[in-house]
Amino acid sequence: MEYIYYPGCSLESAGKPYDESLRAVFRALGIGLRELEDWNCCGATMYMSVDEALSMAISARNLALAEQAGFRDLIAPCSACYTVLVKTNRFLRESPELRAKVDHLLGQVGLQYSLSVKVRHPLEVLVNDVGIEAIASAAKRSLEGVAFAPYYGCQIVRPERGFDDSEFPTTMDALFQRLGARAVYFPLKARCCGGMLMTTFPDVCLQLVKDLLECAVENGAECIATTCPLCQVNVEAYQKKVNKTFGTSYEVPVMYFTQLLGHALGCSEKELGLDKNLVAWKAPGAVLAA
Amino acid sequence: MASASISPIKFHAPIPGTLPAPERELRQRFLKEAEVVPGGDRISQCLQCGTCTGSCPVSYAMDISPRMVIALFRAGQIEEILRSRTIWICASCYMCTTRCPQSIKITDLLYALKRTAIDAGLYPERFPVYLLSRNFVRIVNRYGRNQEMLLLLFYYLRRNPLGLLRMLPLGLAMLRKGRISLFPKKIKGIDAIRKILGASKELELPREKGTVPYTEGAVGYRAVG
Repeated sequence: MEYIYYPGCSLESAGKPYDESLRAVFRALGIGLRELEDWNCCGATMYMSVDEALSMAISARNLALAEQAGFRDLIAPCSACYTVLVKTNRFLRESPELRAKVDHLLGQVGLQYSLSVKVRHPLEVLVNDVGIEAIASAAKRSLEGVAFAPYYGCQIVRPERGFDDSEFPTTMDALFQRLGARAVYFPLKARCCGGMLMTTFPDVCLQLVKDLLECAVENGAECIATTCPLCQVNVEAYQKKVNKTFGTSYEVPVMYFTQLLGHALGCSEKELGLDKNLVAWKAPGAVLAA
Repeated sequence: MASASISPIKFHAPIPGTLPAPERELRQRFLKEAEVVPGGDRISQCLQCGTCTGSCPVSYAMDISPRMVIALFRAGQIEEILRSRTIWICASCYMCTTRCPQSIKITDLLYALKRTAIDAGLYPERFPVYLLSRNFVRIVNRYGRNQEMLLLLFYYLRRNPLGLLRMLPLGLAMLRKGRISLFPKKIKGIDAIRKILGASKELELPREKGTVPYTEGAVGYRAVG
């Protein structure tokens, strides 16, 4: 099995540990992951605000390159990239006008895209293609004693009603429960962290982040596992600011789900980029008998 | 004696079936943008139930709620929508879109409204979201990928240089952890990106930007598109 991998801009800077841990997890499971040659930005939510056809063409370039390389499944770990790429596929399928424009634009640079690439999130690939049981049998460490809040954020479960429920997803819960961890009751699991509002309207965004932290901590979570680089930065890096604004004292580790998974699979702290997290996580040491 | 108006939205004397010229122009622009959205025409099916507003995590910070956006569109007051901060405050979490019982693509329509507003030049000067979007587009057009540090640097310099100072501790912490890439690098295919960019400009019909003057003319409530 080999997948083509589209890291996205976030995973090159603030989301570096996500990139490292994702590669480590796939390595540990013996699944091939080849980075898409010369990928470009998907356009995110920002490009779309400015020009639609152009933003679709820019993001379709990646899909065209993946198709050219002979791959059918493209892995996009960043929720924003995932949504934008999925949306590009759908819009091109459903809007002939847009399709014609994008075809024309791609044609200018000698590319064509026939909609054959499926955009997938690594969480879904791990659970559906590899399987929870296969992952459990490859596990080297137990996650016994880890109480975590499974935080999915918005864009991997909406708007496409893709691989899980759009308001109460459970994929990650099931995966980590099988590995021994305990998913706490976390009704805000698919609620928005505010995304880029942290820069544009910080007051609004800090409130959203505070709600998330409060809900996780009150329900007994010792850490938060997330699937999105934007959520991770907002909830982890801005904790100090939340504390200052609301007079709270949160110090909750926020991990990419691949870091937690990689730990169970026996990867080292360095491989998983755990040393790069701002709030350190105290990993349980229990080793599973072979 | 005339009492102070309670509603922030001005009530105009209805002349059935008519719209003032600027409003008509904005409406056409918006409908053109909405046409591209698959299912964009579902906007006519709105029940005004308010599920969108109730589901929105940031509606409390909006001046016009998502439900009111559609009501104003129907009332022929697009300009009111374009001048609100609502369309810019949406964080695209798509909760309204998922929950809408009439399958209206609210988030995507808000994008269409944003593009209409930019196109018509109807947004406050140095408005944060527009500023961020524009800098983002510039960086991507130049390097092919986004560079988080450059984006925030440009943004804060234009918007609020003091804010940059306040970001410093966090920036340094991230830098120490190796989570900031300092040197932007171009992708190899940047020429392809620029070519796509150039070609897309030729696809656009020539339009004058920012020609819509702010007027307070009569609006017809029957003039629903």
